[in-house]
Amino acid sequence: MRWLLILTVLLAPLPLRAEEVIAGLSQNRVSLTVNFEGSDILIFGAVRREASLPEDTELDVIVAVEGPPLPAVIWRKARRFGIWVNTDAQEVRAAPSFYAVATTRPLRDILSPDADLTHRISTRLAIFEARGGGDRADPAAFTEALIRIRESEGLYQSRDSTVTLERDTLFSTRILLPKNIVEGTYSARIFLLRDGDVIDDFETFIDVRKAVLERWLTNLAYEQPALYGLLALVLAVFFGWGASALFRLIRN
Amino acid sequence: MQIYLPIAETSVNAFTLLGVGGGVGLLSGMFGVGGGFLITPLLFFIGVPPAVAVATGVNQVVASSISGVLAHLKRKTVDLHMGTVLLIGGLIGSLIGIWFFNLMSRLGQIDLIVQLSYVIFLGIIGALMLQESLRALLRSNNPSARRRKLHSHTWIHNLPLKMKFRTSGLYISVFPPLLVGVGVGILAAIMGVGGGFILVPAMIYLLGMPTKVVIGTSLFQVTFVAAFTTMMHAITNQSVDVMLAIFLILGGVVGAQFGTRIGLKLRAEQLRILLALLVLAVCGKIAFDLLWTPSEFYTITVPGRF
Repeated sequence: MRWLLILTVLLAPLPLRAEEVIAGLSQNRVSLTVNFEGSDILIFGAVRREASLPEDTELDVIVAVEGPPLPAVIWRKARRFGIWVNTDAQEVRAAPSFYAVATTRPLRDILSPDADLTHRISTRLAIFEARGGGDRADPAAFTEALIRIRESEGLYQSRDSTVTLERDTLFSTRILLPKNIVEGTYSARIFLLRDGDVIDDFETFIDVRKAVLERWLTNLAYEQPALYGLLALVLAVFFGWGASALFRLIRN
Repeated sequence: MQIYLPIAETSVNAFTLLGVGGGVGLLSGMFGVGGGFLITPLLFFIGVPPAVAVATGVNQVVASSISGVLAHLKRKTVDLHMGTVLLIGGLIGSLIGIWFFNLMSRLGQIDLIVQLSYVIFLGIIGALMLQESLRALLRSNNPSARRRKLHSHTWIHNLPLKMKFRTSGLYISVFPPLLVGVGVGILAAIMGVGGGFILVPAMIYLLGMPTKVVIGTSLFQVTFVAAFTTMMHAITNQSVDVMLAIFLILGGVVGAQFGTRIGLKLRAEQLRILLALLVLAVCGKIAFDLLWTPSEFYTITVPGRF
């Protein structure tokens, strides 16, 4: 009886978590300094295996990096009196400010719709539309536009087949955080897939913060706006008057 | 070299910024204009959000006019009475402008309002400048042409609440200068300009002020209205970007020094035609963006961000 119990304890986890993913990042902090031009983050890891490698299905890895979600309003233009004006709007409850999905093979080939719904991996599912969505005939067009615009700005990235997986064990990929990212805590989720289903996942975080001076300026602007306004004026007067005084000095 | 703008939350090329500031400074030195009406649209073109461009543009106006107003005060070419009336109007106008700006921001139409204002005002100013300088060019070739009368009495001189403006030698109602001030204040808040391009002609033709105090008095009003508008934008929208302003100002003051020297050597009429064409070109580009079918019909706004 005792032997049986020990055997169960030993064997039970194996069918469930036969393969585990462990991952790391080249950096956990990104600092938005004066000369910030974007940041390249290397995400790498390994698959830990307690049983022998299953032969019947293929192993895939998905890496999803998500920036802090924010509400958004999507406007559509129409021609009014000859000029193009924002006429219709659709709200989105929360859309990631940054979203990148990197995979070993095309996403639709390796991820089943059910697993996508559970884990919200594809860009479309990472966006939470407002409930109801209004009486508009084509609410999806607005969400698609959101994705299209952010893709063109480099804020949303679908990077199919950019994760390299070696000997079904070691994987790595690079995600570029562009220069126009917002600050906050970014999550990096790594999914291990077989047969369209997620068999294990791992989550880690990247802290994106403005550097000291930028942080200080932003805090001042939002928390002490009158003081910040005065600072802007003092700087303007100092540089405006100072520079012309300097030039006068040089000329004489 | 990229510069991260903490308020706009994006990076732009530092040399582009210095170039915009320097180029506009050069022109403002050459022509004696403030240049705010060129800086703000140029900032749109390089991808600075309109709200930040307007608020930071008006901050830059403070820097570009401060040394001028100090010099005029020293030379006593400022009508402080008239300047104060214009300033009171300007502060009222700035408040109206800020209120309208924030209302339109909430309605998602601020970009349109700013662009439309620029098309209208740059179009009018550019056309008037072109006409004026072409006429001046013709007149210089034909010296016998009739000159316009400088001062004439109109309905404006029959309004109540008359006040003496000794420095300007005027005895007129306070309402015309007050209303001119209000108009300039509204433009400062919505367009991020000083408004000298409206104020100077209004002072000469509408109020009939002598030209020797016009520039000093207009700089006096513009500096304080711009400073007040900067404060209001900073307090209500948090849209003044100090980092952006510093680069524009540095480029601007250097450009203005060279511009002043170039301006002394060149013929004014021909230069003014060039400036008029430049103003019309900027106007045309903004108008084109409004009229042409866009390649992307959708835009995104994030509440509380630019």
